[in-house]
Amino acid sequence: MVTFEGMEQQRSSSGASLSPRSPSSSQPFLSVSVSDPVKLGNGVQAYISYRVITKTNFPEYQGPEKIVIRRYSDFVWLRDRLFEKYKGIFIPPIPEKSAVEKFRFSAEFIEMRRQALDVFVNRIASHHELRQSEDLRTFLQAEEETMERLRSHETGIFKKPSDLMQIFKDVQSKVSDVVLGKEKPVEESDAEYEKLKRYIFELENHLAEAQKHAYRLVKRHRELGQSLSDFGKAVKLLGASEGNALGKAFSELGMKSEILSVKLQKEAQELLMSFEEPLKDYVRAVQSIKATIAERANAFRRQCELAETMKLKEINLDKLMLIRSDKVAEAEREYHELKAESEQATKTFETIVKLMNEEIGRFQEQKTLDMGIAFHEFAKGQARLANGIADAWRSLLPKLEACSSSQ
Amino acid sequence: MMNQDHVLHASQDDEMESLVLHDDNGNGNGNGNDSSGNIQQPSQSPKSPFNSFLDPPSYAEAIFTSFDSNGHDQTLEQSSRSGTGSGSGSESDCMQISVSDPQEEQELTNSLVPGGSSYHTYLITTRTGKSEVGVRRRFREVVTLSERLSEAYRGYVIPVRPEKSSVERKVMQKEEFVEQRRVALEKYLRKLVSHPVIGKSEELRLFLEVQGKLPLMRTTDVASRMLDGAVRLPRQLFGSESVAVDLNDVTQPARSGRDLLRIFKELKQSVTNDWGAAKPLVVEEDREFMDKKDKLMEFEQQLSNVSQQAESLVKFQQDMGETMGELGLAFVKLTKFESEEAEFESQRVRAADMRNVATAAVKASRLYRELNTQTIKHLDKLHEYLGTMLAINNAFSDRSSALLTVQTLSSELASLHSRIEKLEVAASRIFGGDKTRMRKIEELKEAVRVTESAKICADREYERIKENNRSELERIDKERQSDFQNMLRGFVVNQAGYAEKMAAVWEKLAEETSTYSSNNS
Repeated sequence: MVTFEGMEQQRSSSGASLSPRSPSSSQPFLSVSVSDPVKLGNGVQAYISYRVITKTNFPEYQGPEKIVIRRYSDFVWLRDRLFEKYKGIFIPPIPEKSAVEKFRFSAEFIEMRRQALDVFVNRIASHHELRQSEDLRTFLQAEEETMERLRSHETGIFKKPSDLMQIFKDVQSKVSDVVLGKEKPVEESDAEYEKLKRYIFELENHLAEAQKHAYRLVKRHRELGQSLSDFGKAVKLLGASEGNALGKAFSELGMKSEILSVKLQKEAQELLMSFEEPLKDYVRAVQSIKATIAERANAFRRQCELAETMKLKEINLDKLMLIRSDKVAEAEREYHELKAESEQATKTFETIVKLMNEEIGRFQEQKTLDMGIAFHEFAKGQARLANGIADAWRSLLPKLEACSSSQ
Repeated sequence: MMNQDHVLHASQDDEMESLVLHDDNGNGNGNGNDSSGNIQQPSQSPKSPFNSFLDPPSYAEAIFTSFDSNGHDQTLEQSSRSGTGSGSGSESDCMQISVSDPQEEQELTNSLVPGGSSYHTYLITTRTGKSEVGVRRRFREVVTLSERLSEAYRGYVIPVRPEKSSVERKVMQKEEFVEQRRVALEKYLRKLVSHPVIGKSEELRLFLEVQGKLPLMRTTDVASRMLDGAVRLPRQLFGSESVAVDLNDVTQPARSGRDLLRIFKELKQSVTNDWGAAKPLVVEEDREFMDKKDKLMEFEQQLSNVSQQAESLVKFQQDMGETMGELGLAFVKLTKFESEEAEFESQRVRAADMRNVATAAVKASRLYRELNTQTIKHLDKLHEYLGTMLAINNAFSDRSSALLTVQTLSSELASLHSRIEKLEVAASRIFGGDKTRMRKIEELKEAVRVTESAKICADREYERIKENNRSELERIDKERQSDFQNMLRGFVVNQAGYAEKMAAVWEKLAEETSTYSSNNS
């Protein structure tokens, strides 16, 4: 059991800060890893399966360790379920479904997705509420056939990821409408909350821009790498036609160029995974919050509607009671039903508010940590690259001196 | 003045306690317009940028200064070296040329139509030691100079003059075009001055010193030449007039209009040569020359290839710097945003982290841009040598046409001799001789004498040109070796130096974010 600590630290680049590190088995722990992507199926039907390993001492679980095989749509199912059940909590985002990449399934893409899915599950496992989820237990333990059944029989409104996307879009536009005051405001008049909403929307824009440039930076690395390679080849040819000591110097330069080209390509990949992806993840997280905001708006609206309806029913009931109608009993029943519903709606709404307030602080902390790590990796990567470049060129200098002195 | 701005912003960066970089600073692209389009504006002497950002590793600075002192760092501000290449030493004139102050002037026409065309003149200043001379010249006069030099210094590798480029003229803005031309002229004149032979030429001296209209005759007055040639042509063709060969003409290549007959003859000769009917000259020497020519052609091709790739490299380095700058700017905005909106301490911490990232990215972006400016200067040498290859080709054509002249005269002599022989044989059969035939023979013999002296001149000229070729190639080869070596060294030192600076920037950021490293907590 002692080995878990190491695994945990290694696995989760973020979000594991809340999970217990102590090896003592008396402490409740749940640790998950997503690994070993395997490509299955052919052509259009091709998909990637992942191995999900769970180690836990939670009593609700079947045993201390379980290994299951899951695919991307299973993760989507999990996310949808959590979103349904835990309104108010910022559900960790999953990587987007990519219709294009799917056909190519490059090694880098697969690794990036695996990493993102690993982070996703770990964040759930470290969230004090979400980790109690029954759906999580299902996800981590159920047989594949069960999962398949659940996946395809999902009858909720979140049937397909594309549907989800559409819902998100609708919700987004609705929320922005509300925020921008386009619709008739059946909305909270909470100034603090308004501020939060505005913050979230603006944050998304800023982050999206940063992520865009980060992605471009990756491309630039690749391009520069390619250019250095071409340059190196041309210089080598020139060196060959020169022939003498100078020619040798050119050849050395050309070779160094080609070496550096490789370094650049490597760093490009590093950059993509350790810097651009976290930024993208941040954007997704903010979008997830927007979905929660929409949910809250819905809950608020429902609460208001029900309160309104209840009032009307009350008035109606009083009227009926006054005229001693025989519909009183029914009306009374309806009224009580409605009251219960209304109370439920209020409770739902208030829960969301409470949870969101807790979540937001947690979110900010989480992001500071996540980004801090990403920045650190970014800095290390760039420093590594720059030093590599400096070393390579510097090592060339004595050779150049040798060439010129032989003149 | 642009350079000062550059330093100013840089030093502001240094004391960046303030939250946000100035928008000018942050605006990576905005600053980048020290150099709109073509980076013509080089950085100032390499020292200043390094003072500003961080303490550069002492290694890098030392290297840069020592590199500088080799004197090969030719910026546009600095004047060219004295009249020699790196090889030979010349005791005399340290001539410094600068071209400046383009002014538009009106074409003086005698026509009654007002508003004639305009042209630009440039102020050409020659500084020799303490004294200074300035003249105004227009481009047409530069063309004249270049033509006269080509004629007078056959076989030499004469720097190629800037193009007339009428297409660019139409496409570019006038100021841009004039500035481009000014720069090109300056480069050209400096190259002329540094040529060991041309730099001392009378033609160049006249060009640089004589006020007013250039006292060099335009060599090609095509109309009158054509007329001359046309008038002489029938008589020559019919062979009734003795060929009066101006010895000076022999030492010139047959020009269009100058001597139509000669053109035809030489054309015939070159055709003959190609068919291998006429015996070529000493084969062995030719072969050496041909080998050299082939090698040079191959070299030129590779050089051109490298030059192209170098251009690409510069472009991608530039792109990298730009994107880095944009990334930095995005983070500047994020920093500002998070700080202003901060409700939680974690936000403030993150804002601080982002500020560090922004700083690093912007600094790196600037370093890329500087790196590029330097890279362009170094790799520009490649481009320069492509120009030299062109000049070498011209020198080779001089040789070819001189050879053609020699061979033409040879074969002319041969045909004259055979005609004389025929006539003499015929004359000997008839008693008493034919008066006309005898006269004819005399005429032909005179022609032979003239042609022989012409051939002697042509031979001498050919040898002279061959020698010029040889010595020039030797000189250029040596210069090229040292130029390229310096270029390589400069390029490598540059790349290494800037990479080190960038490493320092990123290491600082890594340090600042070290709390998040997986080694901690």
